[in-house]
Amino acid sequence: MVLVYTSSPEGQLKKSAFEAVTYGYKAAQIIGTEVLALTIGNVDNAGVLGQYGASKVLNAAGADSFDSGVYAAIIADVAQKVGATIIVIADDSTGKSLLGRVAVRLDAGAVSGVKSLPDTAAGFVVKKNVFSGKAIVDYNISSDKKVISIAGNTFPPEVVGSDVAVEAAGVDVPASRVRIKEVNTVKGTVPLPEAELVVSAGRGVKDPGNWGIIEELAEHLGATTACSRPVADVGWRPHHEHVGQTGVAIRPNLYIAIGISGAIQHLAGVNQSKTIVVINKDPEAPFFKAADYGIVGDLFEVVPRLNEAIKKFKAS
Amino acid sequence: MKLLVCVSKTPDTTTKISFANNDTEFNTQGVQYIMNPYDEWYALVRALELKEALGGTVTTINVGPAANDTVIRKGLAIGADDAIRVDAPENCSAYYVAKQIAEQSKAGAYDIIFFGKETIDYNGAQIGAMVAEMLDIPFISYATKMELAANTATISRDIEGGQEVLEVDTPFALSAAKGLAEQRIPNMRGIMMAKRKPLNVVPPVDVTEKVSVASYALPPAKKDCHYIDAEDMDKLVELLHSEAKVI
Ligand SMILES: Cc1cc2nc3c(=O)[nH]c(=O)nc-3n(C[C@H](O)[C@H](O)[C@H](O)COP(=O)(O)OP(=O)(O)OC[C@H]3O[C@@H](n4cnc5c(N)ncnc54)[C@H](O)[C@@H]3O)c2cc1C
Ligand SMILES: Nc1ncnc2c1ncn2[C@@H]1O[C@H](COP(=O)(O)O)[C@@H](O)[C@H]1O
Repeated sequence: MVLVYTSSPEGQLKKSAFEAVTYGYKAAQIIGTEVLALTIGNVDNAGVLGQYGASKVLNAAGADSFDSGVYAAIIADVAQKVGATIIVIADDSTGKSLLGRVAVRLDAGAVSGVKSLPDTAAGFVVKKNVFSGKAIVDYNISSDKKVISIAGNTFPPEVVGSDVAVEAAGVDVPASRVRIKEVNTVKGTVPLPEAELVVSAGRGVKDPGNWGIIEELAEHLGATTACSRPVADVGWRPHHEHVGQTGVAIRPNLYIAIGISGAIQHLAGVNQSKTIVVINKDPEAPFFKAADYGIVGDLFEVVPRLNEAIKKFKAS
Repeated sequence: MKLLVCVSKTPDTTTKISFANNDTEFNTQGVQYIMNPYDEWYALVRALELKEALGGTVTTINVGPAANDTVIRKGLAIGADDAIRVDAPENCSAYYVAKQIAEQSKAGAYDIIFFGKETIDYNGAQIGAMVAEMLDIPFISYATKMELAANTATISRDIEGGQEVLEVDTPFALSAAKGLAEQRIPNMRGIMMAKRKPLNVVPPVDVTEKVSVASYALPPAKKDCHYIDAEDMDKLVELLHSEAKVI
C-alpha cells in the first residue's frame, strides 16, 4: 500500500496535494498496489483526491492546527494500520517538518525532494537534486518502509478517476504541544514556492519607485513577483520575495530575471526553473549562461515593450 | 539555559562539482569547506544572543571526521563555550547523524536544540525533525524569529506564502532560517580563545544505514541561450507560447 499525506492549509487542498497523489498513484502502479490519501483536520471536498488516483480518502479529525509531532504520529499510525510501505509527502514547509519524524516513527529510510518515480530494478532508487541543483543523486532506500517527500512543480497532477468516499482514519490524536497564535499569508497571489510563473528583479531596477513596470509584467502574466537578495536587504521589496540560496528555492515553469546579474547564490534558488528568460543590459552578465532566452538591453525600454507584447498576446 | 547547536560543514557554494570512484562518490579533491551558513549565521548566533541575555551555555555538536575540527573551532571562535564531535566517517545518512545527536542530547538535557534549515550541499532538511522525534520534543522548522520568556518561546516560522506565529515550551528543537539573527564575524580574541575551549571527541553509537547513495550525475547540459532582439518582444512572447509552452 502507498499512503499519501496531503496537507490542507486553512482547510483547502492545494496543487501540491494533487501532485503528491498523482505521484503516489504512479508509484503504486509500479509496485502493483493501491494508493490511499490521508488528510488531517477539517478539509473541504477531500473526496476529490480520488480523481488523482486515491482509492479511498482517510481523514483524521480533531487536529486542526499544525504540530509536527501530532501530525507525524497520525501519519505513522495510519501507515501501520493500513500496512503502507511507501509514504509520500509534498516537500513543502509542512513536509519538511514531518518527513524525518515519520521516518523515525516507522523506522523507515527517508529521502526529501524526490524528483523521479522509484526505480525498482535493483532496490528502490529515487533521484534528488543536490548541491542546489548542480548535481543529481540516485538514493537507494534499503529499509522495508520508505518515506519520501516529492519536489514541487515536478509531477503535474493527472486526473485518472473520480471522487471517492472519505472515511474516518480511526487513530488517536495526541495533544498538541504547540500553540498557533497567528497565520499571516499573502492573499490574492500564488505563494512563490507554488508559483508556475515568476517575474523577478534585482538591483538593476535602481529604485523601489521603479517597480511599477515589473509589477505590471507580473500582473499581465498572472505571475508572482520575486527579487534578488540585496533588493530585499535594503527593504525595496518584502523579505518573502527573496529567492536564492539563503531565500526561497523555486522551480516555476517560467522565471523572468530582470536586472539581476546571476550570482551563483541567486542561481542556486532558481536554476531548476523550466524556462529562464534573462533581461540585462550587460551582455557579459553571468545569468545569460543559465538562460534559455536572453535579451541584452535596458530594462526600462525592454520591459514596457514586453508588457505591450503580452497585452497584445492575451487579447488575441 | 543549556543550548545545543548542531553544526555541519558543506562545500563552499562556488565549488566545482565532480565525482570519483565511478560516480559513486563526491570528489573532495581541492574542495573548500565552510560551516553551513544556516548553522553559523542564524542558529549559532541566536543561541549566543540568548545566552548573553539570559545566561547559560552554548555547546555545538558535529557528527563527522577529524577534518571537521576547523569548522568546529570557528563555532568556538564565534562564541560557543564547548563542542562535541561524534567521531564518524564522512557522508553518513541523515538517520545516522540524527541518532548520534539524539544520543548526545539525552546526556546533556538541553533546553533548546538548534539546527540550520538545511545543509546547502545535500539539501536534506531532515535531521532536525528526526532528532526531535527521537527525543519526543516539539520541532519548529524554518524559524525566522524567536523570543524567549521564562520557559516559553514565541516563534515566527516561514510557511507557503507567509508566516505563522506560535508558542512552544522548552525543551524543543528548531531549524533556523534567514532572519533569526545577524551573521557574526569571529574576532582575533575569539579565535585565540577558541584554541583553549574544550572540543570533546566521542565515539558513535551503532546505526544500520537505511539510505545510501547509488550514484551521482551532473544535470543535463543546458542548451545555449537563445538571444532575442531587444526591439522584438513579440518574438519572445511567441517563443514562450509555442516553443517553451509556458504561457
Ligand atoms: C553566502 C551568500 C548567500 C547569498 N544568497 C543570496 C540569495 O539567496 N539570493 C540572491 O539573490 N543573492 C544572494 N547573495 C548575493 C549574491 O552574491 C549577489 O550579490 C546578488 O544576487 C546580486 O544581486 P543583483 O543581481 O540584484 O545585483 P547586481 O549584482 O548589482 O546586478 C545588477 C544587474 O543589473 C544589470 N542592470 C543594471 N542596470 C540595468 C538596466 N537599466 N537594464 C538592464 N539591466 C541592468 C547589471 O548589468 C547587473 O547585471 C548571497 C551572497 C552570499 C555571499
Ligand atoms: N554532520 C552533522 N553534524 C551535526 N549537525 C548536522 C550534521 N549534518 C546536519 N546537521 C544539522 O542538521 C541541519 C539540517 O541538515 P540536513 O537535514 O542534512 O539538511 C543542519 O543545518 C545542521 O544544523
